Amino acid sequence: MSFINYASREINCKIVYYGPGLCGKTTNLQYVYQKTAPEAKGKMISLATETERTLFFDFLPLALGEIRGFKTRFHLYTVPGQVFYDASRKLILKGVDGVVFVADSQEERMDANIESLDNLRCNLKEQGYDLDKLPYVIQYNKRDLPDVLPVEELRRELNPTGVPDFEASAATGEGVFETLKAVAKLILIDLKKGR
Amino acid sequence: MADPQMVMYDEEFRQITLAIEKLLREANAKVIFLVDKNGQLIAGCGETERFDTTSLASLTAGNIAATGGLAKLIGEKEFSILFHEGEKDNLHISIVGGRVILVVLFDSRSSLGLVRLRVKKASEELTGIFDRLMKKAEEKERSGIQEFPFAEITDDDIDNLFN
Repeated sequence: MSFINYASREINCKIVYYGPGLCGKTTNLQYVYQKTAPEAKGKMISLATETERTLFFDFLPLALGEIRGFKTRFHLYTVPGQVFYDASRKLILKGVDGVVFVADSQEERMDANIESLDNLRCNLKEQGYDLDKLPYVIQYNKRDLPDVLPVEELRRELNPTGVPDFEASAATGEGVFETLKAVAKLILIDLKKGR
Repeated sequence: MADPQMVMYDEEFRQITLAIEKLLREANAKVIFLVDKNGQLIAGCGETERFDTTSLASLTAGNIAATGGLAKLIGEKEFSILFHEGEKDNLHISIVGGRVILVVLFDSRSSLGLVRLRVKKASEELTGIFDRLMKKAEEKERSGIQEFPFAEITDDDIDNLFN
């Protein structure tokens, strides 16, 4: 849940990047980190294994600016994508305000995408959230690779409810900010409604 | 939704700051932080400028979440106190009122026993303040008082954030 601080006139929101192992969640955050002005970002923390696989989470705090006198901060988290880290994934979803599902567009990762999306829905439900009611966007990542599925097919399988979705290649940065903006916007609109 | 919205008002913020400043003196600590269980910094006092407080808050919450997961695995509700001993500085981390994390950083000028004792006393006071804060937020929500300026934001306000 977002944290509204009237004393320091700040609002903090938590965005979680979810998706199968090696789909590019950490790469998304790294790109955002590289391209954000120093005064708008904090330190990026990666709790990773020696082989640079996410072990617990990556964390990137962003201060985007002010809305009506309130400093608006977004805390970006990734989950570890590998199947056996499920206990950690559940913990990171606590208090989430918005979700980005990063799908791997490669044909051979389709099953992993579906499994991870099911896992997201299930883990959210366990904590009392409904994915269909949360600010939620999908990113079809790795569009620059040769063996990718057509977007229509990915959309059919992964986005039956028609949430905002974006093509991306996080390694080059294409689509990364579009995705982030879309989820941040949905969160702010949600806040506006007053939940 | 899983958790009620966390809100902080000026009055409670002042009370909280006073309570942790008192704890800082009485426990002879270097820095004290209060962190939301979701990883957001609520308040801090002492030598806070020496630390990356945002990262500290996020990692503390991750730490509490991970040990909470461990506790459940062995049939405990939670581990309410964590202690990390370093060569010079130590961290005493405890859960206050079920949802807020109190982090006390101290060195050899203090001791674990003193910190534990003072934290216990301060926790009672802080729990009272947070209980009142939650009630106040709930009441405001029920009565429909909307002080929050986001109710009036426009699409342009949102778009401007990203320009």
